[in-house]
Amino acid sequence: MRFRLSYFVIVSSILLFAYFYSQNSIVTSSVVFTAIPFALPLALAAMVGVMCERTGIVNIGIEGTMLVSAFTAFFLGAILKNISAGLFIGIMTGVLVGLLLSVMTITWKMDQIIAGVIINIMAAGITSFLYRQNYRIPSTFLPIDIPVIGDIPVIGPIVSNHGPITYFGIIFIFGLWVALYKTPWGLRSRSVGEHPSSADTAGVSVVRLRYINVTIAGAVGGLAGSYLALEAVGIFERGFTAGKGFTALAIMIFGRWNPLGAFAAALFFGLSQAVTNQLMIDEVVQIPQQFVTMLPYVLTILILAISAGKVRPPAAEGIPYEKEKV
Amino acid sequence: MTNLLEVENLSKRFGSVQANHEISLTVKPGEIVALLGENGAGKSTLVKAVIGLVKPDSGVIRVKGEELPYGDTAEAIARGIGMVHQHFQLVPVMSVTENLVLGDEPTKFGFIQMQKAKRETAELSKRYGLAIDPDAIIEDLPVGMAQRVEILKALRRDVSLLILDEPTAVLTPQETDELLEVLRNLAKKGVGILFITHKLREVMALADRVVVLRNGKLAGSTTPKESSESQLAQLMVGREVVLHVEKGPGNPTGAALEVRELEVLDDRKLEAVKGLSLQVNAGEILGIAGVEGNGQRELVEAICGMRNRRKGTVRIAGKEVPNLKPHEVHAAGVSHIPEDRERHGLVASYSIADNLVLNRFDQEPFAKGWIRNLDAVASNGEELVERYDIRTPSASAPASSLSGGNKQKTVVARELSQDLPVVVASQPTRGVDVGSIEFIHKQLISARDRGAAVLLVSAELDEILSLSDRVAVLYGGKIVATFDSKFANRDEIGRLMAGSQGAHS
Amino acid sequence: MAILQRVKLQTLSIPLLSLLIAFIFGSLLIAMQGSNPLFAYQVLFTKAFGSIEGIATTLAKATPLILSGLAVAICLRAGLFNIGAQGQLISGALASAWAGYSFVGLPFLIHIPLALLFGAFFGSFVALVAGLLKAYRGVHEVITTIMLNSIVIALADYLASTPFKEPDQPITRTPKIEESARIPDLFGLPFGFFIAIAISVVFWWLMRRTTTGFRIETIGRNRNAGWYAGISVKRVIISSMLLGGATAGIAGAVETLSITGRFEPAFNAGLGFDGITVALLARANPLGVIPAAILIGGMRGAASTMQFRAGVAPEIVDLLLALILFFVTAPILLRLLKRKEEGISLSSGWSN
Repeated sequence: MRFRLSYFVIVSSILLFAYFYSQNSIVTSSVVFTAIPFALPLALAAMVGVMCERTGIVNIGIEGTMLVSAFTAFFLGAILKNISAGLFIGIMTGVLVGLLLSVMTITWKMDQIIAGVIINIMAAGITSFLYRQNYRIPSTFLPIDIPVIGDIPVIGPIVSNHGPITYFGIIFIFGLWVALYKTPWGLRSRSVGEHPSSADTAGVSVVRLRYINVTIAGAVGGLAGSYLALEAVGIFERGFTAGKGFTALAIMIFGRWNPLGAFAAALFFGLSQAVTNQLMIDEVVQIPQQFVTMLPYVLTILILAISAGKVRPPAAEGIPYEKEKV
Repeated sequence: MTNLLEVENLSKRFGSVQANHEISLTVKPGEIVALLGENGAGKSTLVKAVIGLVKPDSGVIRVKGEELPYGDTAEAIARGIGMVHQHFQLVPVMSVTENLVLGDEPTKFGFIQMQKAKRETAELSKRYGLAIDPDAIIEDLPVGMAQRVEILKALRRDVSLLILDEPTAVLTPQETDELLEVLRNLAKKGVGILFITHKLREVMALADRVVVLRNGKLAGSTTPKESSESQLAQLMVGREVVLHVEKGPGNPTGAALEVRELEVLDDRKLEAVKGLSLQVNAGEILGIAGVEGNGQRELVEAICGMRNRRKGTVRIAGKEVPNLKPHEVHAAGVSHIPEDRERHGLVASYSIADNLVLNRFDQEPFAKGWIRNLDAVASNGEELVERYDIRTPSASAPASSLSGGNKQKTVVARELSQDLPVVVASQPTRGVDVGSIEFIHKQLISARDRGAAVLLVSAELDEILSLSDRVAVLYGGKIVATFDSKFANRDEIGRLMAGSQGAHS
Repeated sequence: MAILQRVKLQTLSIPLLSLLIAFIFGSLLIAMQGSNPLFAYQVLFTKAFGSIEGIATTLAKATPLILSGLAVAICLRAGLFNIGAQGQLISGALASAWAGYSFVGLPFLIHIPLALLFGAFFGSFVALVAGLLKAYRGVHEVITTIMLNSIVIALADYLASTPFKEPDQPITRTPKIEESARIPDLFGLPFGFFIAIAISVVFWWLMRRTTTGFRIETIGRNRNAGWYAGISVKRVIISSMLLGGATAGIAGAVETLSITGRFEPAFNAGLGFDGITVALLARANPLGVIPAAILIGGMRGAASTMQFRAGVAPEIVDLLLALILFFVTAPILLRLLKRKEEGISLSSGWSN
């Protein structure tokens, strides 16, 4: 049988977890528990990348999508004093950004990297111009205690007591995996990302499918931004996504453009942050705060350096589709 | 009987090029119509308009009497039009079945029923006698098999009109015969067939009717019975065709390019050239005949420094050269007309003059040390534009403003103006207009006449036969036979290109 | 030469139109905030260009932007999108500050060039990381340079707060540089402005007249053809990143040595990012960078006056710049002008 790195990683993580759990069950559980809020925005942002790139659109504007969605979600949530409305508006903002990216990359056939960078710069410009201090949302989305599962030993304390966006996000990730590999939409999307003219000649509209996917991906980016503002942190600051949208791209690549692979990579990222935080709290190690801040960025570069060249991106990625040049 | 397909006065313009001008055409059920024409005559544009991949500017397309909207591929497919594209429209990383069902997937509760789809694939391949493994991944399949998938893909949608765009370009003569048989059977079942080609033999063997296009216009319509190959050829090019290139006898002297026991891997790390040896003498043209994908590209790239050799030696003018980079091979005395001129030959946004010095911009007189001599670049540009008949208002115009033929002449000018002892020409006239073809052929012959060793690789057997002094047949990464072109026999070469007599795949 | 003329006209008309449209959009936003946009713009431009002192401030603000714009432009020419000018600039600023206060007793003719060299070296060092990863591992430079920005910012913050910190001060900052490292003013203008102009001219000449420039340009336009013509793609990637990084590093150094006089994390914010706008507005032309930087420098310099007098938040400049960037790169303008697209194209996708 072929050696699969993913199996190796899964088995060794379970063994490691078991070891630490036997040493100190409470701390181990809490570390894994806090890994999830670190991982979730990265995982959702990586899904934005997966959805876009699987249909052949490079989206480097995830960061900006999240930033501007977090902004609208937070401020409208605060103004309307209703975080559900904020969530809805955050997602719709993501949709708008997705549409803008679609227009730029699909209709105008702009260079996709430049288009994404422009989205990021515009997002930073708009949010810093409109930013106001002293706004508060009534509360964040509160954790949900899942009845039966929450009582299971070991797993319960880790899985239960997360917020609603977290649960929805995880379900979405699994759903996306199923949709991508088991439904006509998935087959068509992947074809469009690999060899768009085959899809076109088979009667699949490349432009329409790319528009749909990039726009839905925008909504997911909006969800990720709203999660940060309304569930994870409960505030908004200028530049507050702090590069998560770029780390997400590394996660997507590390996960080989597969939703579950990317989710696993995001969990690894989240865990590394949670462990570092725990080490700081326990004063096991004395690391200046700045180095802790740096950790995800360094990891991103390392992961890209390791996985580049070994993974195969969707073949049509980054190339505008010219129907008449089939 | 009503017409299956009627095209009336269809026109389409791309920029300054009138690709189709008021073309009309009909196909009846069970009829095989050949659409004949030179490269660039507008054949592909016409059929792409029919299948909805190109939006015509004007004209009417009717299927079974009903008008078809412009540019709606899904609708065209729904009305029973299927197309086998020249460049296969298959997703390389996906399976045969996935490719077959793409766009029309059997589903249950929104999920694809892959098992059912596989069964259907197996049934379909059995029904039409086109054996194929439903689980095979396209990129692992040989070309002939991939084409079967293309045909099955069309048949799966119950086509009443099957369009094939140069389906035999990549096939061996034997695979071609098989394909023609398949098409005859389909026609017997009532399928109308519109078949694009520029190979006269196939037209004579297969078609019920021939429609000839020239420069985007309808040049004539006839039947094989009423005409001859030379009449059709005349219709195609609008004048008497010189079937043989004017050239004197070669005057070969010693070996200028020697390749011994060469082994080269392709992009997928499979052995593409398997212990190949050849020799090209100064003052002769050695043509490599072979179906594409038998190691031609890897052979040329290994000689020209674009791909590392795994084993074997290459000698240029008697001197052994190691694995080098392209410009080092050039410095060792090899001019190379690369297969992909847009990718390797030219920088489209650079001026023609800059392109003409692309591989020696840092040498005297075009640069002194670190500083470029732009005057020398400009005067070299003007001189070569004149000498190589590159049709452009100025050598300072960007290369992107040139037509395909003039782009290729730019590459030829750069490579052949340096009088190097070895010339490697890879598909030198692909996608080039007739006038430029003639010009490029003359340049290759004059390179030979001044004493260069010319290695010519071309997918066009006619080009090989008319230019070469000797012909080597490449099959499966090896040279299986070499002929003096005076004694070369087309049929025999065809068989050798297919591996051996009766080697059917 | 008619073609060259046309290109020139085109390179001018699109940025100008972009500016116009961006200002129209901006005026809507200003009006929405309850201010008079015409008055706001009037304040902005009289402040920036209406007086000798105003112009001096504008040029001082433009100086680091010219350099960071060049840092982005030179990489764009090679087909690389250097988003990392910010990090390279900070690295250069910190290194030059260190060289400025650590070496005591040097004559200014040695001290200033030495400090500039420190800036160039450490700026290019940061860019080198991205260049090497791109050349040898195929990692896309956009991601690495953004990540490097964050890493450098955190690292500089640490260095300025611990080992290089000014003693007995609560603020995170380095000591003041020696007087011998301070770049003097010339005709009331910072001398750094002339350095920046000189570097622009050198880059322009480099791209036009030297084989190095031709190599960079060829790889930027058609990587395969360049490789085939014997140009080392890896060398071009690495050398253009080094050049870009060094230029950004000098930007940080000039700012430190002539304006701020020390390194403080809050200084230099956004200078590298504005370089992206400058470079794209100049369509990656080394000379075009100068007017683009002066325009943006003017807006930056006058933003606070506009807030004070017209009541518009200074972040309107961020927004205006984003809009300018959008219109200058989006092909709608090209389409409106019915000209053939001649946009900058970067290799998209992660595989190359």
